[in-house]
Amino acid sequence: MRFDLVLDNWHLFAGGMWMTLQLTMLSLLIGFCIALPFGMIRAKSNGIGSKLINAYVYAFRGTPLLVQLYLIYYGLSQFEWVRDSFAWVVLREAWWCALIAFSLNSGAYATEIIRGAVQSVPAGELEAAKSLGMSPFKVNRLVLIPSALRRALPQYGNEVVFMLHGSVVASVITIQDILGVGRTLNARYYLAYEGFLTAAALYMALAFVVVFAFRQLEKRYLGHLKISR
Amino acid sequence: MKKILLAATAMSSIALSAQADSVNICVEGAYPPFSSTEASGEVVGFDIDIANALAAAMGVEATMVKTDWDGIIPALLEGKCDAIIASMSITDERKQVIDFSAKYYNSPAGFIGAAGMAVDALDGKVVGVQRGTIHQDFMEGEYPNVELRLYGSQDEVYLDLQAGRIDAAMGDSIAMDDGFISTDAGEGFAFFGEMYSVPKYHGEGAGVGVRQADTELRDAFSAAVLAIRASGEYAAINDKYFDIDIYGGE
Repeated sequence: MRFDLVLDNWHLFAGGMWMTLQLTMLSLLIGFCIALPFGMIRAKSNGIGSKLINAYVYAFRGTPLLVQLYLIYYGLSQFEWVRDSFAWVVLREAWWCALIAFSLNSGAYATEIIRGAVQSVPAGELEAAKSLGMSPFKVNRLVLIPSALRRALPQYGNEVVFMLHGSVVASVITIQDILGVGRTLNARYYLAYEGFLTAAALYMALAFVVVFAFRQLEKRYLGHLKISR
Repeated sequence: MKKILLAATAMSSIALSAQADSVNICVEGAYPPFSSTEASGEVVGFDIDIANALAAAMGVEATMVKTDWDGIIPALLEGKCDAIIASMSITDERKQVIDFSAKYYNSPAGFIGAAGMAVDALDGKVVGVQRGTIHQDFMEGEYPNVELRLYGSQDEVYLDLQAGRIDAAMGDSIAMDDGFISTDAGEGFAFFGEMYSVPKYHGEGAGVGVRQADTELRDAFSAAVLAIRASGEYAAINDKYFDIDIYGGE
């Protein structure tokens, strides 16, 4: 056991932790911004827009995150017209490629979560709002969306943990996230156990914070739905 | 004690007499282009050519003994051969069991980049290396002002070099020459700067393995390496297989 080498490299792990947090939180935020309108459209209509969104969701839920990242990072860079276009400013950076892949992936999963949550809002709540003379826009803003988001909380908490753990694939495209640092220690000192165990402990700590936070949110916002036994 | 000394003297005299007219050399035959086995069963390659040249320089006849890698050190110790010439790296672990001549090659490390790239222009540029290799250590130790990008495999380094995400790559010269520069994908890219072979980072290279008792044979091989370097024979063999001089630093 050479945990002293892990301690010697704690600054690498600190940097890796910041990288993991940054990528996970930003991609969740962007994914949520994609998912809210898309999920509403999916729940409410069956038109061409809804079908296109369904295709996007299917594509990103149907393929592994690692493959999506490879396609965006190594795949797109193969084409000269991509490298010559303005998009290359962004696509040339591993960090941006990871953010794009993670955001689109998280957006696809969250779209389905929100669709399900919107559809599970009881019709009575909406009828009550309508009977008070609210416009459809007002019904959405004051009743439907808040109620749906509350109902989406438990599932969305899962998605956050999933994204946190999914972000490890960033380490294959040169990004030094928590796992990237663990892999460096493994390759340099042949410290498989110590390096990866430290990485695992850090992910567990982050996941614990997420789970705890969502439990508090659920208590606060879903308390009224709790069945008292 | 006396017996051991006597035995040792007897053994070294055997080695000397063996050295006088012929040596059996263990080669491997499964590590192209250093040694590979032809359809006829004959072993050919850089190691074999070097072995013949060394023997010629020593004035002895060489007989190649094809031996599997796993059994190559036991074969030497059991006397099935008198020397190993099989691209065997000189390491402290092996030195506890056998002895080595001076290196006969140490595939140096080098930079590759788009044609026209130069070492003095590296500051602030992005260089790719394989994660956790001696090349990462070398870059961190010698080029602290370069932005390092770490990859899981050498192939990924080449992909990003082609894509233009990195300005240069540092790695084993033979591997990069065979794997990239000499291929179609490597068109427009070339080695630049010098070849590096710093023992602190890159190790001691590959030497001729001999039994620990055979110090005279070991020294004869070391001298022969320098002799064929000086005579140009080494360069002739080198150029047959490689575009760069794989001897590394003097």
